[in-house]
Amino acid sequence: MADTITNDMSIMIGGDAGQGVESSGAGFCLALARAGLHVFALQDYRSQIRGGHNFYQIRLGERPRYSHSDPVHLLIALTPESVALHLDNLAEGGAVIFPDKFQIDEAPLKQRGLFVDALPLMAIAEEHGSRLMVNTAALGAAAGITEFPLEFMESVIRDNFARKGEQIVDSNLKVAQAAYTLARERYGSDFGYRLRPVDGAPKRMLINGNEAIAMGALAGGCRFISAYPMTPGTSVFEWLSALPHEYGVVIKHAEDEIAAICMAIGASFAGARSMTTTSGGGFCLMVEAMGLAGMTEVPLVIVEAQRGGPSTGLPTRTEQSDLLFAINAAQGEFPRIVTAPGTIEECFEAGWRAFNLAEKYQCPVIVMTDSFLASSLRTLELDAIDFAKVEIDRGATLTYEDLDQLTDGYRRFELTESGISPRAIPGHPKGVFAAASDEHDETGHITEESENRVRMMQKRMHKLAEAETEMRAPALYGPQDAEVTLVCWGSTFGACREAVDEINAAGGSASVLKFADLWPLPAEATERALRACRRTVAVEQNYTSQLAKLIRMTTGIDMDRTLNKYDGRPFAPEEIAAALGQEVVSGHKA
Amino acid sequence: MVTRLDPKVFDAEAEVSWCPGCGDFGILRALKLALAELDIQPHQVLVVSGIGCGSKLPDYMAINGYMTIHGRPLPIATGAKLANPEMHVVVVNGDGDSYGIGGNHFVQTCRRNPNVTQVVENNQIYGLTKGQYSPTSDKGFVTTTSPDGAIELAFNPMAVALAAGATFIARAFSGEPKHMAQMIVEGIKHRGYALIDVLQPCVTFNRVNTYDWYRKRIYHLEEESYDATDREAAWTKAHEWEERIPLGILYRIEGLPTYEDQVPTLADGSPVGRLMELTKRPRPEQYESQKEQFF
Repeated sequence: MADTITNDMSIMIGGDAGQGVESSGAGFCLALARAGLHVFALQDYRSQIRGGHNFYQIRLGERPRYSHSDPVHLLIALTPESVALHLDNLAEGGAVIFPDKFQIDEAPLKQRGLFVDALPLMAIAEEHGSRLMVNTAALGAAAGITEFPLEFMESVIRDNFARKGEQIVDSNLKVAQAAYTLARERYGSDFGYRLRPVDGAPKRMLINGNEAIAMGALAGGCRFISAYPMTPGTSVFEWLSALPHEYGVVIKHAEDEIAAICMAIGASFAGARSMTTTSGGGFCLMVEAMGLAGMTEVPLVIVEAQRGGPSTGLPTRTEQSDLLFAINAAQGEFPRIVTAPGTIEECFEAGWRAFNLAEKYQCPVIVMTDSFLASSLRTLELDAIDFAKVEIDRGATLTYEDLDQLTDGYRRFELTESGISPRAIPGHPKGVFAAASDEHDETGHITEESENRVRMMQKRMHKLAEAETEMRAPALYGPQDAEVTLVCWGSTFGACREAVDEINAAGGSASVLKFADLWPLPAEATERALRACRRTVAVEQNYTSQLAKLIRMTTGIDMDRTLNKYDGRPFAPEEIAAALGQEVVSGHKA
Repeated sequence: MVTRLDPKVFDAEAEVSWCPGCGDFGILRALKLALAELDIQPHQVLVVSGIGCGSKLPDYMAINGYMTIHGRPLPIATGAKLANPEMHVVVVNGDGDSYGIGGNHFVQTCRRNPNVTQVVENNQIYGLTKGQYSPTSDKGFVTTTSPDGAIELAFNPMAVALAAGATFIARAFSGEPKHMAQMIVEGIKHRGYALIDVLQPCVTFNRVNTYDWYRKRIYHLEEESYDATDREAAWTKAHEWEERIPLGILYRIEGLPTYEDQVPTLADGSPVGRLMELTKRPRPEQYESQKEQFF
C-alpha cells in the first residue's frame, strides 16, 4: 500500500464470552493511552458469562475521540465466528489476525484486499507460557503489525498480571515479545496503519461514565449507597464499594431494588447524602418509594442507567427509552429533577451536582445514563475530573447550631415562599418531627383537610418552578446558523458531534443541540434555542422520540424529523451522517 | 409503672383515629412506657412505620417519626440506622405490612441483625381496608376476600424469625401493656434485631380473635422454667398456638455482633456525623489519588 496512516484507526477484538475479550480490549486501550493516544472504546457483549460472541471496538487518534466509528482497520479474531461476523466492518487494506488452528477460507478476504494471516498464536503462548496466554500473543502480534512499540503493552502486562506473581508476568512478557517479533518479521512495514507514541502527550485517564459518576458522587459527599445489582448500573455501586474505608462511604447490597431505594431514603431521612443505582427494571420497582421521597421531601439521588427494554429486553445493550417514564413515574404529582449527562466529563459533574439539587429542592433527583455511556471507555485529561470545582450546597438543611437558635416549635414542612422548608436532621431536641406519606400539615401531622391540602400541594409543586430557574439551557455545538440541527440528549451526543464535524468538514452545515437538564425542562431557554434553528432532527436511541415529545409538550415546538435507533447498538457517526443525506429519514414523527 | 422519664413527654396533640377498644391503644401506651423506662428522650428515637391502622402510631407520639409506605419500614429503618447508629430505631407496623407485603424484608432483617427493634401489631386481619384476611389469619378464617375460609396456612412469625436467624424473639398481648412495655424494654436493650409480635385484637373486623379468645389461651413463659437461649425449646414454643399461646421472650441470644458492628466504614464515624462536618468546598487532595487507577 502506498500511503500509510499513522495514529488514526479502529481496532476490534472479537471472541466468545469468557475468552477475555473485555480485559484484552481494556489492556490494549490502556497501552494506547499510555502512549499518549486518545481512545474511545465500545464494549459489545451479551447477557451470558460463557459463550456467545462479544466484541470490543477501539477507536484511536491524536485528537479526542467521542464515538466509535466504522470501518475497522484491524480485527483480532479469537474465534472463527468473529471473522465471519465482522468481515463487512473491515476497511479495504485492513488486517485480520487469528490463531492458525482456525479453519478459515482466506480467499474471499484476500479478494477484498485484506491482510489475512493465520499466526501460530497458540503455539507461541504454549511455548513461552501457557494456552491461557493466547490473548497476550494476539495483542503482541497486533503491536507488531502496527509497529506499536511493545514497551506500552509490556507496562500494561506488568500491571495487570502483577498480582498473579512474577512468573506469570514474565511468561506473558515472553509471549507478547515472541508474537510481536513474528508479526514484525511477517509484515515488516507492509500494513498501511501504524501506531506511534505521541511525544510530549500529557498523562490521561481511561475511564467510563459509571466510574465518573461514582467519583463525582464521592466528591459530592455521598456517604451512603444501597443498591441491587443490575446491568448496566452496577459498576457505580461497585466502584464506591471498592473505596478504602477511610472515605466513610457506607455501602449496602440490598435484597431487592425496593429495599435498596428504601434504605437510601432512610439514610437520607437520617441525614446522610444517599444514593441508589439501577437500570430501568429496578427503577420500576423503586417507583412507589420514590413517591414517598417526593411526598416527605427527602433528598435522594437515583442513577438510572438505561438498557434495552421492555421487560428484560436487551440486558447488555443501550437504549434511551425510559425518559418519559422517569419524568412521570409514581402516582400523584410531586417535584423531581431529571438530568442526563452526555459525556464522561458531564457524568462526573452530574454525580456531585445531583446531591446539591436533591438537598436544595428536597426531592428525588434521577441521573439518567445508558449502557453505552455507562460502559464505554474514553481517555480524559486529568483536569477534566476537577475536584476543586466541586461545591457542596446543602440548601435549607439546618445544622445543630441553627437548631440551637430555634425559639418557636419546629415545623418541618413550614410554608415558605420558595416552597422549600428548613430541614432538620433528626437527633436534636429542638428538631423533633414526624413525616408521613399521607398528606400532612406544616408540622408533619396527617390531615385530609382541604385548605391544607391545597397549600401543601402548592408548596411542594412550587419547588419545581424554583428548580426550573436553575435548569440549564440546551447547549449548541457547531455553527449558529446551521442548515440542520441534531437535537439529542445523553450518550448520542458523541456520535452526533462527530457526524456534524464530518458533515461540516465536507462542506455541509450542521450543528447539535444537546439537552442535559430534562426535568423540569427549562421551557423558555428551550424555546429560544429551537426557534434559532432552521431544521431540526431529533436523534434518539428509542422508538417513540421521547425527547421530541417532551419538547413539544413543554414548548409546542415540533421537530422537523426524527431519527430513531432501537436495536440496542449505539449510533455511529457515519450512520447519522448517512441518514441526514437521505431525503426520507426512517423514524417516526413525534 | 414508675418510669425514669415521665411518659407524658411522648404525648402528642393529634386526634387518634383508632376505633374505641382497639388493641393499638395498648401498644401506644406500652411504647411510651418503655421509652420512658429506658430514659430515651423524644429526639433520641426514630419510630418508623408502614401503612395500616397501627402504622399511624408515630403521628400520635412526640418523637421523630416516619410513616412510610406499605411493607417498607424495615429497609427504611435499616438505612436510617446505618446512617446514624446513635439513634434508637423502632419499627411499628402490622401483620400485613410486616409478614405479607414486607415479608422478604422481614426475613432479610432477621438474618441481618441490625440494632433495630420491631413491634408488630398482629391483629390477624386487614383493618384499614375493612376486613380482609391477613398472612397470620388462621386457616379457614372467613373474610370478604376469603368467603369460603382462608386456604393458606397461617404465617408463623416466631418460627420464621427463628429460622432466619433473629437474635431476639418475643410475644406480647395488647391487653397487657405493662408486660408489653417490659418486652419492648428488653427488645431495645438487646443489641441486635428484636422482634416483638403483639397479639392485638381488632374489635371491629376480627370477631374471632378477640380479647377473650386470647385471654383463654395466653400464658407467660416467665412463670415457667424456660430457657430462652435454648433454640430447640424456642422452636417448640414458636409452634404453640391452638390451645396455649406463650407470651414473653421465646428466644434471646446476646453477644453476637450487630450488622452495624460489622460495617468497617462505621468504625470511626457515621455518615450523618461526617456530613454535619461537610464544608462548602471539599478538600480536592483527599480524592486526587483516586485518579491513579485510571492511568
